[in-house]
Amino acid sequence: MHLLEVRNLKTYFTVKRGAVKAVDNVSFEVQKGEAMGLVGESGCGKTTVSLSILRILPSNGRILGGNISFKGTDIMKLTEDEMRTSIRWKGISIVFQGAMNALNPVYSVGEQIVESIRLHEEYVTKEEADERVQKLFELVGVDPSRRNNYPHEFSGGMRQRAMIAMALSCNPDLLIGDEPGTALDVIVAAQVLKLMNDLRMKLNLSMIMISHDLSIIAETCQKTAIMYGGKIAEYSDVTRVFKEPLHPYTQGLMGAFPGIRAEKTRMLSIPGSPPDLLSPPPACRFHPRCKYAMDICRTKEPETVDVGNKHYVACHLVH
Amino acid sequence: MVETTVRVENLKKWFPVRMGFFGSLVSRRELFVHAIDGISFEVKKGEIFGLAGESGSGKTTTGRVILRLTDATSGKILFRDEDITRLRERQLKPFRQKMQMVFQDPYESLNPRMTVLDTVSEPLRIRGGLSSKEIEDKVYTTLAGVELIPPEEFISRFPHELSGGQRQRVGVARALTLEPEFIVADEPVSMLDVSIRAEVLNLMVDLREKLQVSFLYITHDLALARHTCDKIAIMYLGKIMEGGPIEELIFEPLHPYTQALIAAVPVPDPSSQRIDVKVKGEIPSPVNPPSGCRFHTRCQCYIGDICRTVEPQLIETRKDHFVACHLYGSSKQPAGKAGGD
Repeated sequence: MHLLEVRNLKTYFTVKRGAVKAVDNVSFEVQKGEAMGLVGESGCGKTTVSLSILRILPSNGRILGGNISFKGTDIMKLTEDEMRTSIRWKGISIVFQGAMNALNPVYSVGEQIVESIRLHEEYVTKEEADERVQKLFELVGVDPSRRNNYPHEFSGGMRQRAMIAMALSCNPDLLIGDEPGTALDVIVAAQVLKLMNDLRMKLNLSMIMISHDLSIIAETCQKTAIMYGGKIAEYSDVTRVFKEPLHPYTQGLMGAFPGIRAEKTRMLSIPGSPPDLLSPPPACRFHPRCKYAMDICRTKEPETVDVGNKHYVACHLVH
Repeated sequence: MVETTVRVENLKKWFPVRMGFFGSLVSRRELFVHAIDGISFEVKKGEIFGLAGESGSGKTTTGRVILRLTDATSGKILFRDEDITRLRERQLKPFRQKMQMVFQDPYESLNPRMTVLDTVSEPLRIRGGLSSKEIEDKVYTTLAGVELIPPEEFISRFPHELSGGQRQRVGVARALTLEPEFIVADEPVSMLDVSIRAEVLNLMVDLREKLQVSFLYITHDLALARHTCDKIAIMYLGKIMEGGPIEELIFEPLHPYTQALIAAVPVPDPSSQRIDVKVKGEIPSPVNPPSGCRFHTRCQCYIGDICRTVEPQLIETRKDHFVACHLYGSSKQPAGKAGGD
């Protein structure tokens, strides 16, 4: 059994001008102890996927179809209360991108973690929760005596560590990292990613790492799904995707991410810009930017096929 | 010999810290943010010179001080051997045309009520001396130069009708209309989607070839710098820690900070395991920078008291490759303790 299984997920946002098809037929699964990377440019729907899994979409977002099952339970069928007491934080938790904005400035960092523990595990006393906070701080490499400090007394990296501590406070099985390093400086970002990786191995966590940076996924994940325009373009083992990218979009992204020690070459960009998901291009959503676009790409949506060894690609070229 | 376009000598920029009324009663000492604290480098004609470092290292301030958008506290800025550090606004005007800037955020730096034509022609109209026909012709050639082709299709568009990459091209075109010799590009691609970053950086490389413009490319991304710059300087808390030709600096970094920065760059290859991040902590406050070598509080190669007490000077270890670290000796420095080797 998979720890998390997402099948044909469809999440749309209603806006004045119509429906934004943010996530359209997305399927993937995550095993116990495994890290999966969701990669794509801004607006490709990667964050919406994670918000859908936790059912914390903004009020104009709706899950219109598909299944999400976590440890065999269908998340879509749970009530709000059940979500809070059994799934959020206890099963699945999330670390957001802007740690600086995610913490409340008028409560000490420790208090906020205590609050989140007691919200999800109502029987825990304040003292027990505080003890847990101390252990968590040690785990993420922040001096436990700093738990009574306020967020502004923490540096960016420490705040992000505190967010990770909070996310781990109820022993979740799955941790979602939504661009956890993006707002941080290079060295600090590397420290945070290393911490998440170490924690994953130590606690046998599963992880979904969301990033626009292919190289971060290469370093932290075993599996990856490349998203484009609300759909998964390619999905497989990290090594397979990097060694043998089959979707033209994946190939394009690789060209846009030169390795620091790779041969000095002219960088490649993908012409055009990401689609407007209010009215995405018909058929294959990538065809207006694809250099291999054929007639069929404009008329028929490519199906996702397994080209062997669980390497899934949605492109007419591989059919 | 290649001409030098811009040279800075021992440039400093300190910002006073506002303490408020009560603060000023309690503490008599004035505090300063040491944004730039004595840096020297030169940008040659037709060269892309990178300035890299973490946020708060003073790279953006350096760009702004060179363009005289803010005044230097001390030191010298030379543009083609002419000292422009203290020129008044009127004397500065001819130099302003020769030095331009491309801003970080193409969404914020273009006026939403101005068409592409208005935006790109504004510098020409301010300079004056051209008929409107000439101005329009000039805008057309500039737009073609930044590959907004055909120009007539873009000329009457507003910023919201352009994609991110196109907007940044308009930003570059605006900087180019006056045919400058030097452009400061402050993180020109950090707000753009990954798939279109390359188009803006490649444009910079092409313009350098075609027009022999010099660039000061401010960035925090060493992987992109590697594929764009000719030379690079690594800044930390207002000081240059290491500078030199890009290939040498990436493949044989000398300063522990440079080594740490390079090690922190993720590699897009799942089979290569990341080298351990050895550097601890985060960049300290520039109000009270650490004594001696500014990096000593985080350094993984700390060699003793000398790092804490004596500030290392930049020394040339190889042609054009400078480093400020006691590991490599500190030549002219009166050693507090028996030398640094």
